Amino acid sequence: MSDLNKLTIGAARDALARGETTAVEITEACLTEIEAADALGAFVHKTPEIALEQARAADARIKAGEAAAMTGIPLGIKDLFCTRGVPSQAASRILEGFRPEYESTVTQNLFDAGAIMLGKLNMDEFAMGSSNETSVYGNAVNPWRRGNEDTALTPGGSSGGSASAVSADLCLAATGTDTGGSIRQPAAFTGITGLKPTYGRVSRWGIVAFASSLDQAGPMTKDVRDAAIMLTAMAGHDPKDSTSRDLAVPDFEAALTGDIKGKVIGIPKEYRLDGMPAEIEKLWEDGKAMLADAGAKVIDITLPHTKYALPAYYVIAPAEASSNLARYDGVRYGRRAKLAAGDGITEMYEKTRAEGFGAEVQRRVMVGTYVLSAGFYDAYYNRARKVRALIKRDFEEAFDQGVDAILTPATPSAAFGLGEMADADPVQMYLNDVFTVTVNLAGLPGISVPAGLDAKGLPLGLQLIGKPWEEGDLLNTAYALERAAGFVSKPEKWW
Amino acid sequence: MSIDIETARKVAHLARIKVEEDRLPALAAEFSNILDFIEQLNEVNVDDVEPMTSVTPMRLKRREDVVTDGNYQDKILSNAPDAREGFFAVPKVVE
Repeated sequence: MSDLNKLTIGAARDALARGETTAVEITEACLTEIEAADALGAFVHKTPEIALEQARAADARIKAGEAAAMTGIPLGIKDLFCTRGVPSQAASRILEGFRPEYESTVTQNLFDAGAIMLGKLNMDEFAMGSSNETSVYGNAVNPWRRGNEDTALTPGGSSGGSASAVSADLCLAATGTDTGGSIRQPAAFTGITGLKPTYGRVSRWGIVAFASSLDQAGPMTKDVRDAAIMLTAMAGHDPKDSTSRDLAVPDFEAALTGDIKGKVIGIPKEYRLDGMPAEIEKLWEDGKAMLADAGAKVIDITLPHTKYALPAYYVIAPAEASSNLARYDGVRYGRRAKLAAGDGITEMYEKTRAEGFGAEVQRRVMVGTYVLSAGFYDAYYNRARKVRALIKRDFEEAFDQGVDAILTPATPSAAFGLGEMADADPVQMYLNDVFTVTVNLAGLPGISVPAGLDAKGLPLGLQLIGKPWEEGDLLNTAYALERAAGFVSKPEKWW
Repeated sequence: MSIDIETARKVAHLARIKVEEDRLPALAAEFSNILDFIEQLNEVNVDDVEPMTSVTPMRLKRREDVVTDGNYQDKILSNAPDAREGFFAVPKVVE
């Protein structure tokens, strides 16, 4: 077989089962591609020795007839996941040199299912960003380009390296994490599938924390079937994460019938933004028509508090981040600043955090500190949590009316150029997450599916939002949308 | 809401992030912009709304209050910037 790195998880699994290829062959194909793709800035710590060792073990397991769902599948792992003995620094200078003594539950689950780690993937520092431009490693680059231009485009963020690597076929799939859109927005920007599960479906243990009430890990894959296979392997109750739900994990792949006859799809009018590009509008219209043609009933719904989701998010997420990131103090792990004679412990904290954190992380930690400080806690933090309750209630009311899934655009635009937002107000960058952030605030599952190209040939994604714990049904609707959209374009190789 | 330089300095100190004096005006301006954006929340009627504490209503699991883990001091210290004689070492805290 050729082009083994281009396989989907499903196709690789079937080929491995038939003995048409080996895990070592697939892994070597990916490692070769990774070596030739430094221009994409996707893999920031390569682990070929671990990968080949795991691949040999996978081949032995397949030979013994003991293959599990992901046995022999090479993956990229976002740098936010702690992986034993392998640098795991959340793309931050402050975690320079940190090598965890433990394995995150998600990566352990994937390894238990036989998956292979090719290396760690670029991201925005501490997952704070929408363009992968806040990484200490430098930018990850989108494999897609505008027509014949050679402008370097963002793969989105924060899971930019994951998106770039999957889109460029450097790996079969990758892990991502999503706090406000960090799986779905980069997936949309790179023409791949990205799923954020229901809050509590996947353990957060061993994943560097950003905003604990919003963070959720999920698969970033080449198609919807792969998202179903990989989620099944990632998910499950974990006693080490008190917010992980003790609920059986269904076989999500078995839910993919493609039959959505009679399903009710809600179209929220509040997602029609002023000044939304005509191409996004058209994509959304096309999506509605595809689901209607497949037998779904498409209805208009209202989610009245949508407008307040981003402002609520930019109170809650920084507040939680300021608490979570208090642990980076130069004492227990990572970097400590060089101190001057006479410097005490306060100077050690302040200098370490000033040189260890990048500008965006510093900004968010300080905004979080402010909204939690005495005198402002009620006005900002408690008010935001109340608005969050209203945002969740909006969704509950829609689902109570019989809505099975909600269709929206995934992003307000196609991928933009790296550096193009450099002079913009931070708030402008935050608007990238306008369609995705509501889903985190309400704890719902959401998936981005590539559905078309813009006039310049860049991929655009549609988002489907499902009911809590109904990832199977959501994936099936996404599968129907994927089949109708028939998105098969790939970026032309320039790297 | 406008944030003045004094408030920016105070917040930086509370967050234990050293910000040079000449950076404070720009930082105060950035905070002000972000807070203006957040102020939209004041338009929402939140009377009789409970602040969300848990996005998926569930009772946290309980377990026996017993030691289940431990005895790996070397692993705990292995990533420390400065560890000596089985302890984390820091600059002098008390004069």
